[in-house]
Amino acid sequence: MEKKKIGLLFELFFTFFKLGAFTFGGGYAMLPLMQREIVEKHSWLKDDEILDILAVSQSTPGPLAVNMATFVGYKTAGFSGSFFATLGLVIPSFVVILLISTVLTHFQDYKVVKYAFNGIRAGVLALITKSFFTMAKQCPKEIFSYLVLAVSFAVSVIWGANALVIIASCAVVGLVFSIIQRKRGKAQ
Amino acid sequence: MIYLELFWTFFKIGVFTFGGGYAMLPLIQSEVLSKGWLTSQELINFIAVSESTPGAFAINIATYIGSQTGGIFGSFCATAGVVLPSFIIILIVAKFFEKFKKSKTIEGMMNGLRPCAVGLIGAAVISLGKEVFFSKGFTFSLFKDYFFLCTLAIFALSLFLAFFKIKKKKIHPILIIVISAVLGIATGYINELI
Repeated sequence: MEKKKIGLLFELFFTFFKLGAFTFGGGYAMLPLMQREIVEKHSWLKDDEILDILAVSQSTPGPLAVNMATFVGYKTAGFSGSFFATLGLVIPSFVVILLISTVLTHFQDYKVVKYAFNGIRAGVLALITKSFFTMAKQCPKEIFSYLVLAVSFAVSVIWGANALVIIASCAVVGLVFSIIQRKRGKAQ
Repeated sequence: MIYLELFWTFFKIGVFTFGGGYAMLPLIQSEVLSKGWLTSQELINFIAVSESTPGAFAINIATYIGSQTGGIFGSFCATAGVVLPSFIIILIVAKFFEKFKKSKTIEGMMNGLRPCAVGLIGAAVISLGKEVFFSKGFTFSLFKDYFFLCTLAIFALSLFLAFFKIKKKKIHPILIIVISAVLGIATGYINELI
């Protein structure tokens, strides 16, 4: 391998290592820093390319952060680029959580930690509730999407249906609906 | 074998997660809690830990559950499992990028997937809420219970803070977690005093 390519791979690894180590909360939180590092500092990609990558990462399976790391790595340096970018992203989380998971089980029995987590659970529930409302606001404002939202909610809450099954069915329903809509559009 | 099971479980979760943030939560609930690898309470505790440590929730939770069930190698298998589907799919998509962008099939599926993700997060709020407020079951005497009322107050305050903006800037989730931790500790020790 040429020296230049090895240098590029190292830079990709290091850039995503930084993104993994200094952003809290994953994918969306990563965007501003990623834009600065990749567009402004290294000029690996242009602004509109980042937006394209974001759009595609949202409509492919998998966690957003991993999708974007793989994609940017591939666009910049091919397969080995995607490998090193993703590895760089994963390693900080992996190491930090491994350390914490040993500490956490150790501390969980302390009274003060138990009390703290009693409060924290209520706080986390509030954060997830907030995220639900934010996501609901971003949903397309059509009867069809409200219907899908309501049915997947109800099926999960009332029957405790498996999330995998609900997600797969919604993908099929969405596809069928869009085909019907298109046919109707053509007929008119 | 536990390693293979960890890998496969998180591989499935990786394939069916769309989007970032809490999108993975409903899948963790139906795939992981049922196996007894984690309790609901532990899951909520860990969400707080994950919010306050760097990195994506997906990688954090995979590493954590992996290490709790199968040590270091377990966490490696779970993390590899959750990352691999993304990695493979994005490599394929990147090759056919222009086609993918204009694909009517993908667009159609997203019509169903987007609202579905929202509905499932809503369902997760309900089931985690049950765990937070009614972990000992529901009775009307709860409304006189000291801990229940304090938890309710902390939840209400946190929700207010989560929506609140100072000069158009949101309050950081970590700050909300810290505040709720302090209030939780205060609640516990005040209860001991009275």
